[in-house]
Amino acid sequence: MIKTGAEILCECLIKEGVEVIFGFPGGVLLPLYDTIPRYPQLRHILVRHEQGAAHAADAYARVTGKLGVCLATSGPGATNLVTGIANAYLDSVPLLAITGQVPTHFIGKDAFQEIDITGITVPITKYSHLVMDVGDLARAVREAAHVAQVGRPGPVLLDIPKDVFQNRTEFSYPEKVDLPGFKPKLFGHPAQVKKAADLVNSAERPVIIAGHGINISRAFPELKELAENAQIPVVTTFLGIGCFPESHVLSYGWLGMHGMGYANKAVHNADLLIAVGMRFDDRATGGVSTFAPHARVVHIDVDAAEIGKNIPVDVPIVGDLKNVLQVLNKQIDRREHIGWLTQLDEWRSQHPAMEIRNHEDILPQYIIRQIHEATKGDTIIVTGVGQAQMWAAQYFYYDKPNSFISSGGLGTMGFELPGAIGAKVGCPQETVWCIAGDGGFQMTVQELATMVQEDLDINIAVFNNGWLGMVRQWQELIYNKRYFGTQLYNPDFVKIAEAYGIKGVKVSKKIDVRPAIHKAMEHKGPFLIEFIVEPEENVYPFVPPGKTIVEFLELPNPAASIKK
Amino acid sequence: MNRKHILVALVQDRPGVLNRIASTLRRRNFNIESIAVGHIEQPGLSRMTIVVEGDDAGVEQVRKQLDKVIEVIRIADITEESPVAREMAMVKVKATPSTRSEIIQIVDIFRANIVDVSPDSLILVVTGTSDKVDTLIELLRGFGIREMSRTGTIALPRGGAGPLTIEEHKPLRRVVEQAAPEEENLPDW
Repeated sequence: MIKTGAEILCECLIKEGVEVIFGFPGGVLLPLYDTIPRYPQLRHILVRHEQGAAHAADAYARVTGKLGVCLATSGPGATNLVTGIANAYLDSVPLLAITGQVPTHFIGKDAFQEIDITGITVPITKYSHLVMDVGDLARAVREAAHVAQVGRPGPVLLDIPKDVFQNRTEFSYPEKVDLPGFKPKLFGHPAQVKKAADLVNSAERPVIIAGHGINISRAFPELKELAENAQIPVVTTFLGIGCFPESHVLSYGWLGMHGMGYANKAVHNADLLIAVGMRFDDRATGGVSTFAPHARVVHIDVDAAEIGKNIPVDVPIVGDLKNVLQVLNKQIDRREHIGWLTQLDEWRSQHPAMEIRNHEDILPQYIIRQIHEATKGDTIIVTGVGQAQMWAAQYFYYDKPNSFISSGGLGTMGFELPGAIGAKVGCPQETVWCIAGDGGFQMTVQELATMVQEDLDINIAVFNNGWLGMVRQWQELIYNKRYFGTQLYNPDFVKIAEAYGIKGVKVSKKIDVRPAIHKAMEHKGPFLIEFIVEPEENVYPFVPPGKTIVEFLELPNPAASIKK
Repeated sequence: MNRKHILVALVQDRPGVLNRIASTLRRRNFNIESIAVGHIEQPGLSRMTIVVEGDDAGVEQVRKQLDKVIEVIRIADITEESPVAREMAMVKVKATPSTRSEIIQIVDIFRANIVDVSPDSLILVVTGTSDKVDTLIELLRGFGIREMSRTGTIALPRGGAGPLTIEEHKPLRRVVEQAAPEEENLPDW
């Protein structure tokens, strides 16, 4: 059948299982926006800034495991997507970014709203492609969707000129993908798996470090089986939070710059590290030269380039985690490590990272704990970046996979609001809490309108301390309290919410925290709570840059603490 | 221990491939000495020869990062196989009647060819290992080099089928499917 490029795009997206597009229109997209309404299977969500579209599609992909799709026009629309695409790139999120482009005869002439977005996004995409001919479009979409989701997921950009949307051609959907240069290895080499099994079976002080890859590969039961069979403690990375239930007896928190002291100690003293789906990011390892000095390393990841990139590896295994762990588990002996686990428990009691000290003002950690109690942990937490992000990771017990949605690799402030939108659209039955710092909140605050227009019941907690907290903390601890460029004049956040038609309350007394949280959850529709929190509060533990992860700074002598 | 490595890659001829490869090399701060690219026996494909300086682990990272580029079909480090490596240079050197014969002697020693003569200069073409080319250029510097162009190294591994050999009867088209472990889709390690 003869169809226009716009129709072909819509039909291909539907064939790829896409149900939601987060987008913002523009001149060159007019033919497409005239076509989308004819396809009711595609829900288009209008955002207020293209960065919001990218972040929403990103979070949508994280919670559903499906392909996230964002759409922007040429020129400024496309460049506004860049931050969101980079965010998806560093956190390995399957994102399809579609940008309109000026008509083909204008390309290369510095036309109105023309920008070389394919070139700009080369370093931050798995693949970027300018579709010059409508006959090429179906194949391009098929390939893009495939590349974004297979192997290590990542963002792919398709740049489509206006006349390609308007031109017609015979549409046939390519069933097969022909990419000779893209053949991810999904099954580990059997000899390597055997070597790894031997190391695991003979280790005295093993530790599993489980990362984002477990979430992506959905290898939760395989991880659990490995840990339980061989009684190996599990430490997660920051983005791995939730891939192993934190209430499990073998769960020992997460490692890294702001991770638990006992998790860092476990890794540092291990004789075998089983690294699954993580990439030894500098936030996790601290100083690389002194990282895990006594440990041999088994590194399992679907991306061969990550293995050996930061840390030398003894047994590398390239493959999809689910596949590899299934084979590995068959070769693991049932064992016990009572002495080692006892030592870990002792460290845990020496470094109680989950205690909240008594304080008459509202401590941000207290808010997080109250949200956990009110939801019983059954919620999706979407965070921004900074101190609030770290407290949300530390003081909440994550038992469900993909319930902690946060910008890890890029650390993008402003992710929280559009991220919460994407999470709620992807999982409408789940409770969604948006944990926002006062700085990050203002970066994408306009998406409050999207929330109301789409009638999304999201609970927003804004932590107002009048500072860019994380930077202030570094200025305090490392730059001798020379605060500069970190103090914020803030508006009345409740009034802003109300201006958008969102109910809000301001909470400045500890006694009002719990009732406000309950009120937000009972309310049908979006609800914003502005918490006035203790300003000069620091995130502990803290491993200063370059130090070994066991050289963490702790809060000096926590006074009488509230229940754990 | 740093040394020169020769990487050879089979890449698809699609727009922007060179850009993506160059971008990968630049952003990861790899120390590239030369890149040479050209068509090969199969249409739609090009062969790239990259000479990179570094230690074994560092160069392995280069290889793996470039392997991630979608259009790169295969990439191999052939340094260990003592490949046959050659490059070509064209040099326009100052040549007066008094110096010309001396230059010609050097040209003969290096088995180079003179392809152009003018009253005050001549152009010569030389092929050989990059060491040979380096040496000749050093010798010619004394006379004054007006202009020069080098191609960069190209290399083939010795012996029978190498890592980038494409069999006649087996086309390079691949259908992507979930491969079972017994099949050829196993990683190298």
